[in-house]
Amino acid sequence: MSKASATDANVATAPVERQLDWLHTMLQIRFFEDECHRMFAQGLVRGSTHLCQGQEAVVVGACGAVSTVDKMLCTYRGHGAVIAKGAPLDRAFAEILGKADGLCGGKGGSMHLTDMTVGAVGSFAIVGGHLPIALGVALESQYNDRQEVTLCFFGDGSTNIGAFHEALNMASVWKLPVIFVCENNLYGEYSPLGTTTPIERLSTRAEAYGMPGLTIDGNDVEGVWRTVSEYAARARAGDGPVLIEALTYRQKGHSRSDPAKYRPSGELEAWLERDPITLLEAKLERLGVDRGRLDDMRSAAEHEVLDALERARSWDDPSPEQLEEDVYA
Amino acid sequence: MSTVTFREALIRAMADALEEDERVFLFGEDVAAAGGSFKLTEGLLERFGPKRVRDTPISEQAIIGTAIGAAVMGLRPLAEIMFADFAAVCFDGIANEIPKYRYMTGGQVSMPITIRMCNGAGGGFGAQHSQSVENWFLNVPGLKLVVPATPADAYGLLRSAIRDPDPVLFFEHKALFNLKGELPDVPELVALGRAEVVRHGEHVTLVATQMMRHRALEAAEELAAAGVDAEVIDPRTLVPLDLETIAASVDRTGRLVVVQECPNSGSWGATLVARLVGERLEHFDAPPMLVGAVDTPIPYSGALEELWLPSVPRIVEQVKRTVSY
Ligand SMILES: Cc1ncc(C[n+]2csc(CCOP(=O)(O)OP(=O)(O)O)c2C)c(N)n1
Ligand SMILES: [Mg+2]
Repeated sequence: MSKASATDANVATAPVERQLDWLHTMLQIRFFEDECHRMFAQGLVRGSTHLCQGQEAVVVGACGAVSTVDKMLCTYRGHGAVIAKGAPLDRAFAEILGKADGLCGGKGGSMHLTDMTVGAVGSFAIVGGHLPIALGVALESQYNDRQEVTLCFFGDGSTNIGAFHEALNMASVWKLPVIFVCENNLYGEYSPLGTTTPIERLSTRAEAYGMPGLTIDGNDVEGVWRTVSEYAARARAGDGPVLIEALTYRQKGHSRSDPAKYRPSGELEAWLERDPITLLEAKLERLGVDRGRLDDMRSAAEHEVLDALERARSWDDPSPEQLEEDVYA
Repeated sequence: MSTVTFREALIRAMADALEEDERVFLFGEDVAAAGGSFKLTEGLLERFGPKRVRDTPISEQAIIGTAIGAAVMGLRPLAEIMFADFAAVCFDGIANEIPKYRYMTGGQVSMPITIRMCNGAGGGFGAQHSQSVENWFLNVPGLKLVVPATPADAYGLLRSAIRDPDPVLFFEHKALFNLKGELPDVPELVALGRAEVVRHGEHVTLVATQMMRHRALEAAEELAAAGVDAEVIDPRTLVPLDLETIAASVDRTGRLVVVQECPNSGSWGATLVARLVGERLEHFDAPPMLVGAVDTPIPYSGALEELWLPSVPRIVEQVKRTVSY
């Protein structure tokens, strides 16, 4: 699938235990998002939320290819990315619930989950707004001669905003270690990609910026991991950024109020056949992992999520004096 | 002590900041090899090298984004946006990202960013290269706004801005670049949020920044000849604003005239008046007044641009109305 054949040549497979770790995180994200969906439906949570069921393999594969000291920026559809980078489930829930002990003290909310301690540098709600910010994050590691990389997730629709152009161009000119990961889930809000974008393969845009561009299967966690590992190594070596387009699918609507009626019939069903968790479980079974172990892992992940939510719900709201804190240092 | 221009004071402040702190780096369009389109960064590339002093593409969003990301990670970005008017093309970064980042993350990060930009009319640059856009940002908590009027303030405030842990928009008025003033051999830093009483007076308080400060002073001298003793205060920073110094003056004079190089609608002067009236109405002997620019885009023609700007005669006239109220 990829344009560059470098990844095809690299047939390395990840050890089974590692793949089981990915499965565990993907399941946690899936249950986390399902719980968010429920909370919003029940009116327990304010505002809006943008869920990532179906896209877990992209963030888990990509974050699995870098370490905690590497940095990651993502969008308002970022619960999965932040969890994949290592943020604790309970404090993530608490943030969405607006609690004082949420990741951001309840001042960020669903669209702005941030955990600097694990390199989850920010979730951004202005489409494309964070692509230029990723440059600065990467520049700092280049400036201080640390061979770290910066992962930057964004959607297909974000490739049509001006900031995308400025960011990719300057990242390339300065050879910044940024891995631009476009999660192509076929829609920007309610608009199918084809109605807003005159090309099908978004990775071809990379050519205009003199950087490699690849299109990969975003529902194959190992494939994502392999590609990001390879280009992260390249970025660490000082060879600059890459644009990776990961093909995936948003199984729910754009946000909580969207029943996604605009999807052509059969589309969702076809993508559910290629659900990244189902695919990974089937693969692990082929590799000899027993079904019972997979089922145990599933129920363990579900319990971890439910326990985290229960803890988060018991925590306090922010106190009034916190309103005016954190505006200035 | 030596006599330097506003431009030289700025260059010296940047050089001293780059010298003092390895984390400081300067970047923007044509700031390195060319030494700046107004020669405000001349010699810095030669002295500090291309890692610390960088040219960028014409990409204001990328410049501001880079400043944000680098600040999050602990560097001290000193970014230049060539003309303050161009802040409009990177408004998202300045209005939505920078001032919210710390707050939205519950204090996990700070934003020690300084963004320098040239503002100011009077030079015939036309409507898109002459604006004083400070007011655009007045309604955005989380930013600091610095507006120096003299070489010593340019130096001292820029050094403080760069050291400050919060984001600062630093406005450099084009009409002042060649203004001369004294700068000590070891110049002092000027704290953000401290107004300067530039001229002491008893009858009326004039508040003005940048080029208008100089016009207000000129007006004050003219008024003195007519028997009106005006106090002139330069706030030097609009956020944080030294309300205390201004209030103390108004409590004495009972009269306030704000002179500002911008339309009065939605302006810092209007905000200042509202705050003072709200807190100390009983101290006013006359309604506080604004002398601002005309509510139009900035015209090119010299004849019209001078009409647009608050002039010394307009200031004098307004002050006379206020004192005779
Ligand atoms: C600058 C800007 N314009 C519009 C929006 C409203 N908006 C929020 S999400 C979205 C769709 C973005 O699509 P895409 O980049 O494909 O990401 P996805 O939501 O599919 O993950 C839009 C238009 C916004 N938040 N910011
Ligand atoms: Mg999309």
